[in-house]
Amino acid sequence: MQTIISPLVSHRLCLAPAVPRYRLPNIYHRAPPSIRLSNHRSTTSPCLFSSAAAASRDSEMATEDVQDPRIAKIASSIRVIPDFPKPGIMFQDITTLLLDTEAFKDTIALFVDRYKDKGISVVAGVEARGFIFGPPIALAIGAKFVPMRKPKKLPGKVISEEYSLEYGTDTIEMHVGAVEPGERAIIIDDLIATGGTLAAAIRLLERVGVKIVECACVIELPELKGKEKLGETPLFVLVSSAA
Amino acid sequence: MFAAENGLKGDPRLEAISAAIRVVPNFPKKGIMFQDITTLLLDHKAFKHTIDIFVDRYKDMQISVVAGVEARGFLFGPSIALAIGAKFIPLRKPGKLPGKVISESYELEYGHDRLEMHVGAVEPRERVIIIDDLVATGGTLSAAMSLLESQGAEVVECACVIGLPEVKGQHKLKGKPLYVLVEPSGLDEFC
Repeated sequence: MQTIISPLVSHRLCLAPAVPRYRLPNIYHRAPPSIRLSNHRSTTSPCLFSSAAAASRDSEMATEDVQDPRIAKIASSIRVIPDFPKPGIMFQDITTLLLDTEAFKDTIALFVDRYKDKGISVVAGVEARGFIFGPPIALAIGAKFVPMRKPKKLPGKVISEEYSLEYGTDTIEMHVGAVEPGERAIIIDDLIATGGTLAAAIRLLERVGVKIVECACVIELPELKGKEKLGETPLFVLVSSAA
Repeated sequence: MFAAENGLKGDPRLEAISAAIRVVPNFPKKGIMFQDITTLLLDHKAFKHTIDIFVDRYKDMQISVVAGVEARGFLFGPSIALAIGAKFIPLRKPGKLPGKVISESYELEYGHDRLEMHVGAVEPRERVIIIDDLVATGGTLSAAMSLLESQGAEVVECACVIGLPEVKGQHKLKGKPLYVLVEPSGLDEFC
């Protein structure tokens, strides 16, 4: 069951761990309409309906003191595909967001507004959907883009970090020399679920002396508590989605 | 066609782009001089030049779709799409896209691979450019073209940062124009 929240959260950039997170009270839950995508999309797919936002109590939400109108549009442009990749999973499909030129532009603008002028020299993006959002942000804020990839994709010398999956493990890699000690980085992915991938990305960058200012995702699945895996690193998301 | 032969002769940005690309010998296997664009992404100015050149070329061509080939096409395509006001469509390896897809197979040196696109992502008669980091034989781009044309879209051009020697002198790929910024870097050192 999905709900739309009208978050009334002050927009604060949490760079210091001491800044308290704003907690969203449950009274702001209300039932969502089923919203069809804007007319950028073909009407042939039967599965289109909005991905609504449930409040994340612990992550920074991208809003001003009233709901930023851009957020609702972004949320409604995300398509949910039931039972992918396996039964029971409601897959958050951002490809429909990429088809909505205004929503995609707004998504990037929200991240750029947050991170420009903050001395961020590295945007690290997790393969493959982090590659879609990361580079436009990096270009706009004057930072490098560093791809973090599955094993054996990067051609040069790499460092690797292993992380747990539900069954087994996976590995994420980064080129040696891509970043330098003391650089300030943000890590981008389309979505945070369990937080395993982002936690591995944080460890990888910290091993080479980089300060991770924040992890940033378009979508959070708060019930999976991915934020807890990130340790001291703050998390910023645009849309929070109940399972 | 190469950018230098098509209006950008002597443009210092092309030099900067070429210099920013790293060559990794014998990857993924012996004899291959791998053109590594990750170093281009670390050079903010050169990366910006790359995007600017493509944007300048396509912004007045009524392009409504930029299609990018997984995964390195994702590094360039979205920025171009955003700047020219087009949609971005990811073309992906099998099993990655969650919705209903169409797929096209293409040949590798040994064996085959497949490229997929969501049904409904592109509409008939939309004008499309296809982006990838590098074109070698053109097999992947040809498959991408087939996917888009099967949905009634018009592929206006294929565009890549790097073009291997096989494509030099070839202005077209399957009848469609091919636009390339630079030749492979650093080959002279290893010949």
